[in-house]
Amino acid sequence: MTHNDLSHNHDGTQPHRGVSAVVAKEDGGFVNPGLPPHEYRQSDLDPKAERRAEKMVAGMFILSIIGTAIFIASYFLFTPMGYNLLAESKTLQAVKWSNLFTGIGLAVAMFFIGAAAVHWAKTLMPDHEVTEERHIYSRTNPVREEASGIIVDGLDESGVARRPLIVASMVGALAVLPIAVLFPISTLGPLPGNKLHHTFWAKAKKEPLRIVRDHDNTPIKASDVTVGSIFHVMPDGLTHENNEHDFLEQRAKAAAVLVRIDPADAKNQESLSNGYEGILAFSKICTHVGCPVALYEQQTHHMLCPCHQSTFDVTDGAKVIFGPAHRPLPQLPIEVDDEGYLVATDDFPEPIGPSFWNLHKDK
Amino acid sequence: MSTTEKQGLLNPEGRAFKLGSVGADWIDQRTSMSSVVKNFARKVFPDHWSFMFGEVALYSFVVLLISGTFLTMFFVPSMDEVTYEGIYEPLYGLEMSRAYASTLDLSFEVKGGLLFRQMHHWAALLFMVAIFVHMFRVFFTGAFRKPRELNWLVGFSLMILGMVAGFSGYSLPDDVLSGNGLRIADGLMKSIPLVGTYMSMLLFGGEFPGTDIIPRLFTIHILLVPAAIMGLIAIHLVMLVVHKHAHYPGPGATDRNVVGYPLFPVYTAKAGGFFFIVFGLIALVSATVSINSVWAYGPYDPSPVSAGSQPDWYMLFTDGGLRLIPGWEFTIFGYVISLNMLIPMVFYGLFLAALALWPFLEQWVTGDDREHHVLDLPYNAPVRTAFGVAWITEYILLVLGATNDLVAIAFHISINDLTWLYRIGFFVAPVVAFIVTKRICLAIQRHKRDLVLHGVETAKVVRMENGEMLEIHEPLNEYERWTLVQHDTFRPLKEGNGVSGLRAKASSFFFKDQIDPVTPRELRAALEHGGHERHKIEALTGPYRELEP
Repeated sequence: MTHNDLSHNHDGTQPHRGVSAVVAKEDGGFVNPGLPPHEYRQSDLDPKAERRAEKMVAGMFILSIIGTAIFIASYFLFTPMGYNLLAESKTLQAVKWSNLFTGIGLAVAMFFIGAAAVHWAKTLMPDHEVTEERHIYSRTNPVREEASGIIVDGLDESGVARRPLIVASMVGALAVLPIAVLFPISTLGPLPGNKLHHTFWAKAKKEPLRIVRDHDNTPIKASDVTVGSIFHVMPDGLTHENNEHDFLEQRAKAAAVLVRIDPADAKNQESLSNGYEGILAFSKICTHVGCPVALYEQQTHHMLCPCHQSTFDVTDGAKVIFGPAHRPLPQLPIEVDDEGYLVATDDFPEPIGPSFWNLHKDK
Repeated sequence: MSTTEKQGLLNPEGRAFKLGSVGADWIDQRTSMSSVVKNFARKVFPDHWSFMFGEVALYSFVVLLISGTFLTMFFVPSMDEVTYEGIYEPLYGLEMSRAYASTLDLSFEVKGGLLFRQMHHWAALLFMVAIFVHMFRVFFTGAFRKPRELNWLVGFSLMILGMVAGFSGYSLPDDVLSGNGLRIADGLMKSIPLVGTYMSMLLFGGEFPGTDIIPRLFTIHILLVPAAIMGLIAIHLVMLVVHKHAHYPGPGATDRNVVGYPLFPVYTAKAGGFFFIVFGLIALVSATVSINSVWAYGPYDPSPVSAGSQPDWYMLFTDGGLRLIPGWEFTIFGYVISLNMLIPMVFYGLFLAALALWPFLEQWVTGDDREHHVLDLPYNAPVRTAFGVAWITEYILLVLGATNDLVAIAFHISINDLTWLYRIGFFVAPVVAFIVTKRICLAIQRHKRDLVLHGVETAKVVRMENGEMLEIHEPLNEYERWTLVQHDTFRPLKEGNGVSGLRAKASSFFFKDQIDPVTPRELRAALEHGGHERHKIEALTGPYRELEP
């Protein structure tokens, strides 16, 4: 014995390599008693039970036919847009009835074919267990030797062992080829460039840009924004008509919220000075993975992202006070114009939304 | 029954039989089908309810193909803006993508359209449930052991592809919920150092959301992924036939045979019938329970999102980690490393890889290179079972993490406290689950040993003259006993002899408190002892039988 006692498999063989944690069984262990005596089913012993099972199977197949009939009928009797026995056409009710009857019909049609087949197999087809031998994969067998012989001969005929020049150049060619794949992939989209560093609000750098309500695009007076209220806002001019090609992309970056805090509550004077009389504008896009930060708690002045619960304190420059986000929501510097409407005076000071590796590299 | 005269269709003199023979002959001369029938029709498959889950996965995939094909006839994968003019009034006149509008139209205006859409979604959910349950059936019974390691990896890949198929599919309607899902995917991608922003731009064809993503996902969802899934299913099933199905331990079952029923006719009827049953049940649920009512969410717009945004169940765990991770991010040489996204992503990779690579780890620990066709009973492999339960516990914890807002609202708990609870649970729960499961397994093993040695308690107690109380035990018969004594005995490997220190430690972790199966000698000793008791009882009361009521 070359190894310690533990190197035996329980059937006395040794593992092919190394040692095994399997221990040989004392006296070879118990002896497998073989299949137990067969137990007969009711339907094997009692002709009446057999007959009953037969009727049951046939009954279920007939139920399936009824299901098919219901399915077909529903295409005439319960349609969403045309005739419907139970609801007015072109209503959600009509759609629901159509769905229910087509579905029930299909379910009955399919289920009872299945149930019948399974019941047939379980009660009427032979249930004597059968034993089949397995082929154990042995390490030495003639087929394997023949196969490895064929491979070796084939490689020999190809001359790989004798022609290093060909092999080396082939490996080189195959190694270089995948580089070509990068180029079709590169056509899938543009390079990031500085796109992620700027939003539609950058127009405010030239002249103040009005802040408008999302969807109805009306400007907002400072007096409209009361303490505790929240406005979902967009830059003026970001409309579908003006931005046919990148409307959603621009919205996705420009979305912002306006809130008002009592200046006495402010914990961050720099943030307060970027607002107007306690009115502050922040990016609405979470700095974690980019969901819109849509929930505002009036009492605590916390903004909460419904996706992963990052919580931002707007009295403290939208600093993260809980959750997975790290950076504060970027703040939009605002003012009021001559007519008393709120305007942005610059773009967000840093990229909005999820962090990326070259976020702080100015572009 | 085969000894009786063949009747009806099978009467060799009958017209039907002759017609059938002519047809079969025509085909056979062109395909040699008869050799296939001869080799496969009587292949034996063992029977057990737990072997059904893989079938459920396969059949729900077929339902997915059928219902999905129907949907492609009506769905338009385009992000062109259109004005909705269909029958759903709340959205009438709204601007939306053609993808969303065509989803509404096929749901409301095509006869049976809603049914097929709901069947497609329900079947997808069931597909993933079945894959997971099947995978853990295989795991807990050790069915992944030699020679089935490769098939385990194929199955694992199918699970991953199922998630890709699901995610790419439920993103197609371009509604608010799935749009935010894509946004999260975009955010995760961007956080990858160096290549992240490039990957995002390439996938979306520019900035998020762009107009390319829906058509691209469509191609991925209806062509690439299903083709890959079908190819892998084919490999999975061919390997199943090559290996022959594993069977549970029991009298007659060995590593060199397979005990069960023939493919034709019993399994053809059972498995074929089962397909119809699965199909029927999916249709029933789809007829009665609505799912993914995209019209309630509205068309995708980057600005709104609603609370209670959860992905389909099989993607929940990926969201859980994102909710539990603290806001860790740091800057190095001016470049941002977002650990709040990278740690969850790396963790998911390792978490899944641990499952995929377990068979190889276990083989390294045991050094067992025999072929296994008799399955393990889960309690006979305590460490493996405990690891599986710990894995599932961690998975469930991540799923709970992803539903923390719903749980917090339902039970009026602070979401912050709940998140902290889950953060602690993330580290503690799997460890506790491991220890408890292992102890339970060992307890069951001890109980089974007792059962083999002393038999079943009959609840018949006899008091001896000296006051001693003896309970009458009914010994197991040899068939019952075999199932409980057939498993292997293990001992930890000792360091040396080519066994590294690490491997010896791992082996000790696996087997140091191993409970051995009963040996024939132990049984003889126990029977002898039992014989004495029996003798004493019989001296008082006569033979056992007279105690029977």
